[in-house]
Amino acid sequence: MKDPFIKIENLTFAYTDEENGRNEVLKNLNLEIERGSLVAILGHNGSGKSTLAKLLNLILIPQSGKITIDGLDITSPDLTEEQLFENRRNIGMVFQNPDNQLVATIVEEDIAFGPENLGIEPKEIRKRVDDALATVGMTEFARHSPHQLSGGQKQRIAIAGIIAMMPKCIIFDESTAMLDPKGRREVMDTIIRLNREFGITILHITHYMNEAAQCDRVVVINEGEIELDGKPKDVFTHVEQLQKIGLDVPQTAELLYELNCAGIKNNGKPLPLGRLSVDECANEIMSLMESL
Amino acid sequence: MIKDITLGQYFPGNTVIHRLDPRAKIILTIMYIVVIFFAKNLWSFMLVVASALALVLISKISYKTLLKSMKPLIFVLAFTTFFNIFWTEGDVLLVSIWKIRIYLEGIVYAIMMIIRITALLIGTTIILTYTTSPIMLTDGLEQLLAPLRKIKLPVHEFSMMMTIALRFIPTLIEETDKIMSAQKARGADFTTGSLAKRAKALVPILIPLFISAFRRADELATAMECRCYHGGEGRTRMSILHCSFKDAAALLVMLLFGAGLIALNQLPCAISL
Repeated sequence: MKDPFIKIENLTFAYTDEENGRNEVLKNLNLEIERGSLVAILGHNGSGKSTLAKLLNLILIPQSGKITIDGLDITSPDLTEEQLFENRRNIGMVFQNPDNQLVATIVEEDIAFGPENLGIEPKEIRKRVDDALATVGMTEFARHSPHQLSGGQKQRIAIAGIIAMMPKCIIFDESTAMLDPKGRREVMDTIIRLNREFGITILHITHYMNEAAQCDRVVVINEGEIELDGKPKDVFTHVEQLQKIGLDVPQTAELLYELNCAGIKNNGKPLPLGRLSVDECANEIMSLMESL
Repeated sequence: MIKDITLGQYFPGNTVIHRLDPRAKIILTIMYIVVIFFAKNLWSFMLVVASALALVLISKISYKTLLKSMKPLIFVLAFTTFFNIFWTEGDVLLVSIWKIRIYLEGIVYAIMMIIRITALLIGTTIILTYTTSPIMLTDGLEQLLAPLRKIKLPVHEFSMMMTIALRFIPTLIEETDKIMSAQKARGADFTTGSLAKRAKALVPILIPLFISAFRRADELATAMECRCYHGGEGRTRMSILHCSFKDAAALLVMLLFGAGLIALNQLPCAISL
């Protein structure tokens, strides 16, 4: 990899509680994330994907292993408090429930919360808040109160609150899970724009396969280990493997897979599964129908 | 239905009173409460009435809203009026039936008391609660109380708690509504039965509400940590409060008002306390 922004080496993390004892969530994990890439992280509940996110900005501390972010070893015992906060600023996090991450009663006050914590000059905060609102397309809602907004709008405000801290990377921890289809599309469009236009590295943890299909790379985590890793069109050809660990594939890949299972062949060859967009899939079926 | 509850009762607007600095307003309110008690005779009471009317006119708060806000005070007003009329002794006897004696002084006292309490209410609501957004109020309080940090009082933490509480009131009300609907759908009955029975019926609402509030608190704390929150130290604010000319002018007007009351008290007057 040319320029890894995040480098995880032999990372192990376990929760310990009195009832169940030690519960190993991540086992010897190795992963590199390239600067400026848009990576989807998939895995069923309890696979360790949210834990991974919380380890990256040191909300949780790993038991062993090394994490290097933007050249800084954040697992080093000599990490100063300043470096810790610098890392938290650098790695923004957007969570699942939009209600539980907004602090203030007015939208623009909430976006200012992060920069205020960093001790930035009031004038500069004002500018950042306005820019962040414009980036997520919510300028007209600046003086609204969060409870007047829809789920998708609230989540975009949460994103604006992170952008205002000018992070190099944003982790979306199932940020689309609680939204309706419209809100999901709004948030997904914002995520893609942040990556393409502003070059922000993005880790998108999700359950929605069509969202994962829009990313540059898909990493599938199962039982604390990496199961599959690659371009969406390669990863989603492993339909049986994904289904075995309790995950879906995009509907397009599933359709082509079912056709293959039914023994339908295009000129004697099985249908290729890596046609993830609806148009690509439709073209494949068109060509199949012409050949019949 | 339950969503209609407004808390803090802030009425947005753009009048002079709305635009005053919240710190100045808190001080003005305290001054107004103190000054009203200076009034001793008819002339000074007329000035008090005039000041209350002026506040109403400047703030453009509707009479209806004001009358509504007076409702809880009716009992207090009736109570003081009753005692003032029947238990005040004076020189001019008006009515004397059996043991009940009503003096002119008693009636004057009662009227003045009503004026005082009404002006007090109008003053505090118009200067403070009706025209200041809750967040401005918390900001103002935080800055006014800032010197108390020297004696280790957690002023910032207090105002942060206020902000978060205000932020989550609508969220929790919505949630209560949802839980109530869910319990009603399972046949829960909140409206009939004895008081004890109805109180007991609230338990299945309160328990889920508390559990969810704790979960929210936990998630919010994580989200705040992710946004580099580490207490009030080294924190800046986007909107800085500016004390301007109009705040100084308002304080001056209040001082003049107090001086005026004291001066009017010196005027000879037949009716006085």
